Amino acid sequence: MLQIESRAFAREHDLFACVQCGKCTGGCPMTLKTKLNPRSLILRILTAGNGFDLEPFEELWDCTTCSTCTTRCPKNVSPMEAIIGMRSAIVEKGKIHPNVKTALESTFRQGNPLTMPRDQRGAWAADLALKPMAEGVEYFYYVGCTPSYDPRGQKVARSLVKILQKAGVDFGILGNEENCCGSEVRRLGEAGLFEMMSEENTETYKSLGVSKMFTTSPHCYNVYRNDYPKNGMQVQHYTQLLAGLVEGKKLELTGKLEKTITYHDPCYLGKHNSVFDEPRAVLAAIPGAKLVEMDRSREKSLCCEGGGGRMWLEGTNPGTRLAQMRVKEALETGAEVLATACPFCLLTLEEAVKHLNADDRLKVMDVAELVAEVL
Amino acid sequence: MTATLTLERPRQSALVIGGGIAGIQAALDIADAGFHVYLVERSPSIGGRMSQLDKTFPTLDCSACILTPKMVDAGRHPNIDLLTYAEVVEVSGRAGAFHARIKKKPRYVDADKCRGCGLCAEACRLSGRVSSDFNAGMGKRAAVYVPFPQAVPLVYTVDPNECVYLTRGVCGKTFKCKDACTAGAINFDQKEEFIEVDVGTVINATGFDLFDARRRPELGYGVYPEVITALEFERLASASGPTAGKIALNGHLPRRIVFIQCVGSRDISLGAPWCSRVCCMAVAKQAHLAHDRIPGAEITVFYIDVRAFGKGFEEFYDRVRKEGVLYRKGLPSEVLRRGDHLVVRAEDMLLGEMVEVEADLVVLAVGIAPRSDAAQVAEMLGVKRDESGFFAEDHPKLRTVESSVPGVYLAGCCQGPKDIPDTVAHAKAAACAAMILLAQTEKAMVTSDAAN
Repeated sequence: MLQIESRAFAREHDLFACVQCGKCTGGCPMTLKTKLNPRSLILRILTAGNGFDLEPFEELWDCTTCSTCTTRCPKNVSPMEAIIGMRSAIVEKGKIHPNVKTALESTFRQGNPLTMPRDQRGAWAADLALKPMAEGVEYFYYVGCTPSYDPRGQKVARSLVKILQKAGVDFGILGNEENCCGSEVRRLGEAGLFEMMSEENTETYKSLGVSKMFTTSPHCYNVYRNDYPKNGMQVQHYTQLLAGLVEGKKLELTGKLEKTITYHDPCYLGKHNSVFDEPRAVLAAIPGAKLVEMDRSREKSLCCEGGGGRMWLEGTNPGTRLAQMRVKEALETGAEVLATACPFCLLTLEEAVKHLNADDRLKVMDVAELVAEVL
Repeated sequence: MTATLTLERPRQSALVIGGGIAGIQAALDIADAGFHVYLVERSPSIGGRMSQLDKTFPTLDCSACILTPKMVDAGRHPNIDLLTYAEVVEVSGRAGAFHARIKKKPRYVDADKCRGCGLCAEACRLSGRVSSDFNAGMGKRAAVYVPFPQAVPLVYTVDPNECVYLTRGVCGKTFKCKDACTAGAINFDQKEEFIEVDVGTVINATGFDLFDARRRPELGYGVYPEVITALEFERLASASGPTAGKIALNGHLPRRIVFIQCVGSRDISLGAPWCSRVCCMAVAKQAHLAHDRIPGAEITVFYIDVRAFGKGFEEFYDRVRKEGVLYRKGLPSEVLRRGDHLVVRAEDMLLGEMVEVEADLVVLAVGIAPRSDAAQVAEMLGVKRDESGFFAEDHPKLRTVESSVPGVYLAGCCQGPKDIPDTVAHAKAAACAAMILLAQTEKAMVTSDAAN
């Protein structure tokens, strides 16, 4: 039994406002493969009297927190936050999947959910002689866990550094001192640990005099922008920074890349934060590149299943993968490159391409990598 | 309770702003009672939204057939000064003694000479190339035009945003429209004029805008040509529309039609929390028209609740379902392209299952919204608006035609969404309230709270 006090929960999440229109569920990408039904979960909680047992609802862990449900709800209810709230209740009782436990413990001990040692975090940049973040440095580059540790992610971080150096952007990093932002921790329902991390990180950034920062990952960008206490720091996703540099003619792209590119909107950049145009503007600035759109683009972008802690959780139907559907959609456009701007999307989509034996037809690349090719 | 206003006998005339069905009704009633009316309409013809509709629910009367006689009456009423293609730009004074300044935009066509024959439009270089507002952008017209054949007045107007001469300063060697006009009515020397009027009362009948369906990008309006608004459907269904009443896209009759209710209504997240009141029945009517005109069509209506509250409405809803229109509970979440057709994804709430309904045509029942310039009109008249942006009545139950300013009344959808019968009733009530003021004969007017 995993009882929650359903009435208090419903009030806390404003579930009484729900008009049961089903707009959330109709757009939920998980309904393509699992029995997750945000609308019916809300109705069950509303009608449960004062106690609701979460135990039978294993599909709560399927949610990728893509926010489709929340952005489309006409009554300003957030089924996504309600699901995170339900996860919190489960986490509090300690009944969590071993993978979640490992990710959370690793974040607490090592400052990353990837079970990697803290003192290796800055290794990716050892040969790059980057400035350490300090007072007076214009931008703080928050690299993030996957770009710091994952070999594929590192390529993105290194590409971005190359671009920024060419454009003469003054930035510093924290290296081994950088800590996980806590985005996935929060979405896995570990509210307490998240609060601790956000306070700690905010203190660190304040003491270093950070006023402007950018991130590699849309997840980190989102958490700083929307979940951290307001601290006056300007946060950008790197594609926004690059779009500004391109527009201001501070970044000239002199090479050529004669490729057809389709862009996959990461949920945490697009749906969560309405950043649709900047990554496209950067891609459009690549000489020779031809951009084509998938039918599902922008607000309708199909989630890759990498968010909401799902990088460490298979979910209730691992046999069907949205990333594979997405890759098929990209292939239909005839594009040679599937571009994205999120380390999670990059990993899930690349794996899907391999599974579909499409390596020879479609290459998955980050926007930063593409730009770095034409500097 | 009484209040005493120390006024001279009020001026025996009224200013009605807006020439839709509300403004026409109010103007006719006041004029029939013997008072003078200035009826000001911004566009080239009176008629408003109602003139764009094909049939009206639930009786299926032809909209133009019941509206046109009223338009004609308003056009030739001895007590009505019809000022079309004109805008009220300034109102001052107080109840009984208002002063208004009205801008008459140049039509570049002499209204006294124009016979409405249309030779100018045929000759125009842009004939058939300018998007027709009246047809909701679905049909084409020339740069010199009447919005629709039953226009009142039946006088052509040169569109200053499209006319080659007016936008570029030159249109070939000679003006084709001018050469074609046998009445010598085309006159590019016309200038803006201002008219000053003194009136005792003002009726605001400025109507509504439609919700911009692009604000729900997941539904694909503006991306898929097969996704249209309910107003666009009206134009397709109308005999005077771009397809002469054939419900067809690019010449093809859609076999599978999906209607989606509540697009931009009951939507707190987009600042449109109200029910637009007309869409449930308008869609029922459109579903009926589709059933009637496309034999064998599969018609699905997605809804949250069906609100069939007016006289004959529930009966009509019964009729439409019996005709075979399928009503499914659930607000579709997205529209996708799949090959040569669209797919509407929704949760069928009653089945508790996800459904994908294939469609050749998707019709969005877009809601009624306050006019985009309602703030300026409110400022000009000094009246309040409610939190939704519609004009605020003075009391939600007892004074629904009185604005927050004595002597200024509200008629029709400018005060909130209404169907045609409710609009006409509201306009009649506004006319009545206005006439209570105009009928005062004492030097010191004595009015009760119920009418000022």
